[in-house]
Amino acid sequence: MMTLMSLIRRVGAVAVLAALTACASPTKPYDYTAFKEAKPASLLVLPPVNSTPDVNATYGVLSTLSMPLGEAGYYVLPVTLVDETLRTNGVTTPADAQSIEPAKLRQIFGADAALYVEVKQYGSVYKVISSETVVEVQAKLVDLRTGTMLWDGKATASSAEQNNSSQGGLVGLLVKALVDQIASNLTDRSYQIAGMTSNRLVNAPNGLLPGPRARVPVKN
Amino acid sequence: MTMIPVIRAVALTAVAALLTACGTPQKPLYQWGGYQSSMYQYFKTNGEMPGDQITQLESQLIKNKAANEATPPGLHGHLALLYAKVGNDDAARAHLEAERALFPESAAYVDFLLKKPAEKSAAMQAAATPAAPAKAASGV
Repeated sequence: MMTLMSLIRRVGAVAVLAALTACASPTKPYDYTAFKEAKPASLLVLPPVNSTPDVNATYGVLSTLSMPLGEAGYYVLPVTLVDETLRTNGVTTPADAQSIEPAKLRQIFGADAALYVEVKQYGSVYKVISSETVVEVQAKLVDLRTGTMLWDGKATASSAEQNNSSQGGLVGLLVKALVDQIASNLTDRSYQIAGMTSNRLVNAPNGLLPGPRARVPVKN
Repeated sequence: MTMIPVIRAVALTAVAALLTACGTPQKPLYQWGGYQSSMYQYFKTNGEMPGDQITQLESQLIKNKAANEATPPGLHGHLALLYAKVGNDDAARAHLEAERALFPESAAYVDFLLKKPAEKSAAMQAAATPAAPAKAASGV
């Protein structure tokens, strides 16, 4: 009787522990004080600065951020239209766009906050026995009304996460690496991995807080 | 004997907790359809061939309406840009107004875009005045 009770208790404790650790290893909680005070509702995503050799990095990432940000409950200004507005006014590089004064961005675009993104890795990495597509970004959210930084974070995703079940010996692996690389270019896998990365940037632990249009309202 | 079902229940609960711990899939707020790939396509092709994307997104809007699904933020604004590219200013204006009606957060930007060119450059000048750094001032 007693042993059964303690067994139940132990099973319960293990279950709770498993549930708590199932999603991710514990991360240091982010200080959201400024974010909570600012309560941004509308976001301007500036063209990401590209620190990679792949020319597609800026727009691959830029076109995948609207969806996770929108689903997180924010109004996201149409990124293509914003890009066009910048261009017609002579701002042709992401670095130039990101160096515009917050107050000025606020005046033109009317957004509460802007997301400044840098792409650190984008595309295929050929690694002898496997070819990997990696996208890594770093971002910060700045309040355009005050210039205060509200949040910063980074995220990465890799195609290797999906196909780590490779079989067939060394030759098989080498063939696979080659096929992978061709496939990466043909189907624009970088863009798909960029989607995963953007999603993580927004939704990871220590990601963005839910915006005002989110279904679950912000606590506090 | 009575303890066994209890253990089983606890175990089942534990499994259920594990499965739901990472967040139950929720119905998305919006029907994104082809919006994201259209943005990507637009950037990749430098805004060429907007016609195909217009057709695709317009049919998505009709579908969304029929299915009573919410149109995502930015889609009307993106369509406005595509229409502007093919020279259809009336449709561009209508979609900008649709964006503003659906998402009042866009009002300031849409109002700026709908200004006449002369007023627009005046607004740009005004935005540039408060001691902006040289780079930014020459940029916009």
